[in-house]
Amino acid sequence: MKIAVASGKGGTGKTTLAVNLALAANGAAQLLDCDVEAPNVHLFLKGRIQRERVVTIPIPEIDAARCNGCDECNEFCRYNAIASFGAVPVIMAELCHGCGGCMRVCRRKAIREIPKRIGVVETLQCGAITLVHGRLDVGVSLTPPLIQAVKQEARGDLVIMDAPPGTSCPVIATLRGADFVVLVTEPTPFGLNDLTLAMETVRELGLPFGAVINRAAGNDDLVRPYLEKERISLLAEIPDDRRIAQSYAKGTRLIDAMPDYKPLFAGLLRTICEAAA
Amino acid sequence: MKIAFTTSGTDLAAPMDPRFGRAAHFLIFDTETNDFVLIDNPNTAAAQGAGIKAAGTVFKAGAAILISGECGPKAFGALKQAGVRIYSAKSMSVSGALEAFRAGTLPEATAA
Repeated sequence: MKIAVASGKGGTGKTTLAVNLALAANGAAQLLDCDVEAPNVHLFLKGRIQRERVVTIPIPEIDAARCNGCDECNEFCRYNAIASFGAVPVIMAELCHGCGGCMRVCRRKAIREIPKRIGVVETLQCGAITLVHGRLDVGVSLTPPLIQAVKQEARGDLVIMDAPPGTSCPVIATLRGADFVVLVTEPTPFGLNDLTLAMETVRELGLPFGAVINRAAGNDDLVRPYLEKERISLLAEIPDDRRIAQSYAKGTRLIDAMPDYKPLFAGLLRTICEAAA
Repeated sequence: MKIAFTTSGTDLAAPMDPRFGRAAHFLIFDTETNDFVLIDNPNTAAAQGAGIKAAGTVFKAGAAILISGECGPKAFGALKQAGVRIYSAKSMSVSGALEAFRAGTLPEATAA
């Protein structure tokens, strides 16, 4: 079972939910922190690094002796990573997505691929929970290959993926292959707006999903009515409780600090597993 | 000699476009014929690398000089590689920038 925790808006509580779902499993679980630009699960699940793997993408290198300056590689590159001024093209490595297209269109076979490091994947053991996260190198903006490398480490019966915020490529890279997506939102106009965007994304991907309202208060006339109208299942509500913010600010895990919340997360995990089955 | 200008309009009276890679048009002025050709920029909304592509466009048009507002570090490097000299002109028309260039009052960009 692979559960992805996503949201449109940032700061809705994805990490809090993902960490506490894993803890509520009461046994072996794997948590993949797919927010490789700003991984933060390790702030709550501390453990020693068991394994580290360097992740690279293939970038082109041009053999000037073979190149005849035909410019087809430059014309093919949709990422504008090849600049050409009549002679041998120049590769802009930081723009390259490693698709390999330039190598294929080169009739002179003047292009070969060399690995370029983009980051590392680290595996940590935190009690029964295995945490895998990616760390993108400074200056690198290409996240999907690193996210895919994190996901390649998926093992075991319960895998929880903490997605980056938004609805762009890194989120898509995280969500693909998930059995169920939990969309975390908050009862504010921003929360609702970004929830609708996230929902459109998940529907486009054809994945089953449900919503969790975080910082829920009694007077929610925005998100609850919307979910009812769209017939989206409300999986759980996490109350707007100052103690949660305090425990988060200290870096403590919610259900360790407040065991009274454990049934909420255990129930949520059951609900998700039933919905995904 | 050919001079490339970035412009938001379509003729010499049009205002300069202060952007390079995402300028609406490139106006290539030929100082020998006093005539110009206009090139549309297909990369105004490119996700990335617009400046590099624009440098290629300017080079292919045969321009030895580029007059624009700002150009970023990648475009600057690409233009340097292509041997195109860069001058900065903002808040004026293309013809105004041309006059200023001829009068020698435009600053040459030496770093992005």
